[in-house]
Order: sequence, then structure tokens, then C-alpha cells
Amino acid sequence: MSSTGDASGLAVHTEGLTKRFGQQVAVDAIGMAVPRGAVYGFLGPNGSGKTTTIRMLLGLVEPSSGSRSLLGLPLPSGAGQALPRVGSLVEGPAFHPYLSGRSNLARLDAADPLADPRTAAGRIDAALDRVGLRAAAKKRYRAYSLGMRQRLAIAAALLAPRDLLVLDEPTNGLDPQGTREVRSLIGSLAAEGITVLVSSHLLAEVEQICSHLGVMREGRLVAQGTVAEVRGAGPMLVRVQTRQPEAAAAVLRELGVTQVVTTVGEVHGTPGDLEPEKIVSALVYAGVGVQGFTVAVTSLEDLFVSLTGEGFDVSG
Amino acid sequence: MSAVEVGSGTAVDAGVGAGSAIRPRRRWSTRFLRSELRLIAGRRRNQMGLLVLAAVPIIMAIAVKVSTPGPGEGPNFLSSITSNGLFVPLAALGVEIAMFLPLAMSMLSGDAVAGEANLGTLRYLLTVPVSRTRLLAVKYVSLCIGALWGVTAVALPGAVIGIALFGTGDLTTLSGSQISFGVAVWRVVLVMLYLAAGLAGLAAVGLFISTLTEQPIAASIALLIFTILSWILDSVPQLSWLHPWLIVHEWMSFGDLLRDPIAWANVLRGLFVDGVYALVFWLAAWARFSSKDITS
Ligand SMILES: Nc1ncnc2c1ncn2[C@@H]1O[C@H](COP(=O)(O)OP(=O)(O)O)[C@@H](O)[C@H]1O
Ligand SMILES: [Mg+2]
Repeated sequence: MSSTGDASGLAVHTEGLTKRFGQQVAVDAIGMAVPRGAVYGFLGPNGSGKTTTIRMLLGLVEPSSGSRSLLGLPLPSGAGQALPRVGSLVEGPAFHPYLSGRSNLARLDAADPLADPRTAAGRIDAALDRVGLRAAAKKRYRAYSLGMRQRLAIAAALLAPRDLLVLDEPTNGLDPQGTREVRSLIGSLAAEGITVLVSSHLLAEVEQICSHLGVMREGRLVAQGTVAEVRGAGPMLVRVQTRQPEAAAAVLRELGVTQVVTTVGEVHGTPGDLEPEKIVSALVYAGVGVQGFTVAVTSLEDLFVSLTGEGFDVSG
Repeated sequence: MSAVEVGSGTAVDAGVGAGSAIRPRRRWSTRFLRSELRLIAGRRRNQMGLLVLAAVPIIMAIAVKVSTPGPGEGPNFLSSITSNGLFVPLAALGVEIAMFLPLAMSMLSGDAVAGEANLGTLRYLLTVPVSRTRLLAVKYVSLCIGALWGVTAVALPGAVIGIALFGTGDLTTLSGSQISFGVAVWRVVLVMLYLAAGLAGLAAVGLFISTLTEQPIAASIALLIFTILSWILDSVPQLSWLHPWLIVHEWMSFGDLLRDPIAWANVLRGLFVDGVYALVFWLAAWARFSSKDITS
């Protein structure tokens, strides 16, 4: 389903993209690069500027400065050409409460000048099927649960063939089962070659399905790349399993290991440039009984917390 | 203002990529407009509004019927008016154009943009994508059709009950002469179109206000206040220099369409002012909306 061949090879590309609301800088000179075919996890705590960035990408909000392009087409001039190929969910679902789910989709389809009315019914059914809402299609939207609303919004994004899906917190308000379903839906869409940009303030909800990550903090994009690249950017961690954690901790500190933490039967710390072999021999030389020794990259979770500073607290 | 939806931009250039998502542009379509009209007509509150508009002529007709002396008994003047049922829709329109019909327009225009912003559906329409110009054009055309529905909701039940209760005799014009029922029907249609044009001018003001807020109720109230203020200013003799430019000023001139022959001067002046309002405020709405950040 994807189209390739744009010179940039990027489904989304921004340079110095900035948005100010009065004094506040909501998005601060971000350079986003979402390769075609990627599932790009756009992470950051609440208020870090994800939705504002997405609004700029979709032409809803005019940037204060910087440039953006979608599917190789610069915005705003290319919006008319790019947006029909982009399905989106922005800041939660929004529909007419007194219309049925089906009528709401029909309305969006009617508004699309490129949509063929002869195929509308079939496309609407297919989109409803895809999100498992066919049975509730005739119910009024106001009677939908939050999970059903979220699914209807995803169905709306799938009404037409797409090259790019921009999903802003698609798992918000879903139970674990619903979250899993959305994840697997995103996975199957990506398998069809659709590029997916999915934002979340919860790393755990998207990390399994992402090929790329972009991490926002207070309006800035603090890390970006493939999952491996972003992970590799994080500090290494050494763990020592021992019956003498205090003695081991002293040795590690002496060697210059930072952030040394002692727990029952274990010590861990950040070795910096220090070679792991040197740590082991120093421990042995000091007579510390080593039961186990591991060197690992920081867990994505820890990395996310360290990148976004305040963890999951609201920023800005 | 052309009552036609026009998609923005040129035909999609199929040269970019080879995605199946490239779809041929269908240049002419009234699908969005029809969907918009269904949305307006399907809304329970609007249906109730139409019932209220329709109730007024019915109440008036019954009241006149009950209080009118039988033929030959009363004064000649009254019986000459009530010999044709079409006086009912005309009188009802005269009553309702002051406040009820503008109130109806306030409700519809409040929903138009502010209502969609309030629900959040505006952002999804714009990312379909619907160009902002097209959105405003469709919204405005649907308001104009809403204005026609409004006057029809008054005139049609009025005509039906008027004819049922008072018959289809000759209509006495305001000039005192008599015109046949057939001619009178056309005069009523002219009055309906004239008043709908006035409401369409008002709707442009409402559309503009609707782009300023995300609260549909606030937009509705603002247009209602605008209407009431216009009527108040129109009644202050010291402001006579302003009167020709108040949208409501010539609305009551619809009576000139019931003269024999029709006195066109004030009616044409009224249509001109309606047109100026429609143009100026639609452009103001466009200027405001086309550059607005949609953060709802
Ligand atoms: N319309 C607006 N007016 C003023 N500030 C806004 C507006 N929209 C967003 N912001 C601010 O911009 C920042 C980023 O918000 P947002 O993009 O919604 O973050 P996220 O989606 O990551 O939670 C927040 O501090 C928020 O308060
Ligand atoms: Mg958000």
C-alpha cells in the first residue's frame, strides 16, 4: 500500500519546527524524520508538545517557524495533495453525538472530495470491520464507550487508502485488552507498508511495535532514531551479584563508576568509559566474592525516564 | 455567492509516488452539502424549532377565525382581508421575522463552525481534508437553505390553515385593489424569498461570529444580540443616518411586494443591503478562519 520514490524517503520531515503560544514555547525547533515504512513511536510526557507537533503536521496549526513536509510534499502548499493520503487521530475521538457511528463515518466520507460515493458503503463497512465495530455501527455515538469511540476514530482514519497514519495517543482510555488490539491493528497496518506515527505518553504501550522512536521533553526532541540507536545512546549499566554489596560498592566507586546503587545481593552503577574487565579484576583483587556480573544497556524504560527528566509527570 | 461547492486546488498530480492512495479528484459534488443539510435537518433541536415556527401562523389563524364576525356582519375592511387565507402566512411572516426567524438563524449559525469546534469534529473535517474555503462555502450555503426552510416552515402551514379556514377569494392588496388567488400565491412566494434573503445576510454575520468562538451557544446569543440591537437602533430617529445600513431596516418593506403594482424601490434597497452583509461578513469569516489555529 505504500508509495515510495519521493526523493527524501521520509514520510514526515520537519526542520526547526517551532510553535509558540504567547510566551510559552510548546514545540521548540524540532527536526523530525520518520522514514517510509517505519512505525515511529512519538513519546513524551503529557504537555511535552506531541499533539501540537501533530497538529502542525496536519495543517491545523500554523508553525511559528520552521518547515514541515508530509510524504515528500511541503506544507502548507502540498496539504491538498498529501492529506488525502494521511489518516489521522488527533487528541482523542470527536464525532456528532446524536449520529450513529456509521452516519458519522458517512459524513466524513461525504466531505472528502476524492471519495467515490459508489464505494462509500463498502469502505465504511470495511473500516468498521477492521476495528471490530460493525455490530455497534447503528448505535448513536453518545452511547459508545470510550474504547468504542477510540476505535471509531481509528476507523475514520482508515476510510480511504492511506500511505501514512498519524495516531495521537490511540490507546488512551483503553483497557489492557483494547490496548493490545490497537497494537496488533497498528502492527498489521504497518505490515501492509503503511507508515505509522503513533504518539504516547506511555512507553510500554508502544515500544513492542515501534521500529523508530522520537522522544519529546518540554517541547524539544531529545532523542530520535531506530529503537537500537536510541537505546544505544543511553548509558551502559554494570550489575554485580555478590554477598558483600557494601565492599563491592566501595570498589566500584573507587574505580570511578557513577550512580552506584546497593541493594540486597546486588550493586549496579554506570561505568562510563571504564572497561568491564577492569571492574571484574578489581573486584577479585579486593577479595569480593562475585556471583554474577552483567553489562547491559539501560532498559528503554529507564532511558525514557532519564531522557524526559521528570518521568511521567506533566511538563509545561 | 455561488451556491456551488468547489474543491480547492487543482487535480491531484498522480506523478508523486505510485501509491494506491492516489485517487482521481471528483471535481463537482454536492455530497458534502447534502450531508450538511441532513445533519441540520436531523437534529432534534432544529426540528423542534421548525415546529415552533409553524405553530405561530396556526395560532394566529385560529385566533382570527374565532374573533371574526360572520360574513356581512363585521366592518367591510376586515372581511375583505379575511376573504383570502393567504393573509395568514403573510401576517405570520411579519410577526416572526422580527425575532423568531432570526433566533432560528442564530441557532443554526452557532452550530456551523463553533459547534463543530466544540465537538472537535472540525479538526477531523479539516484533515479529511476539506479546504477551509470550501468548508465556509458549504456551511454558508447550508445556512441559506436553512433560511429558506425557516420561512417555509412559517408560510406553508400558514397558507394551508389560512386557506382551510378562510378560503381562496381575492386578496386585497395594501393599495386597496384586489388580486386573484393565483397572483396572490406568487406574491407570497416573493415575500418568502425576500425575507429568506434578509436571513441569509444575517446568517453571514452569524457565520463570522461562529468562527470567533468554540462555544456554539455564545455564538447564537451574540447573533441574537446583534439582531436585537439592529432593531433598537432602527427605532431611534436620531440615528436615521445609520438606518439604511441596518440589515433589519428594510425587512418590513416586504409589504411593498403586496402593493399593486409592486413597489420595488425599498425591496431592492433591502436586497442590496442583504447582499453587502453577506459579502462583507462571509469575507470576514474567511479572513478569520483561513488563518486560524485549530486547537479545539
Ligand atoms: N491552544 C493552546 N494555547 C496555549 N497553550 C497550549 C495550547 N495548546 C497546547 N498548549 C501548551 O503546549 C504544551 C504542549 O501541549 P501538547 O502539544 O498538547 O502536549 P502533549 O500532546 O505532548 O501532551 C502544553 O504546555 C500546553 O499547555
Ligand atoms: Mg497530547
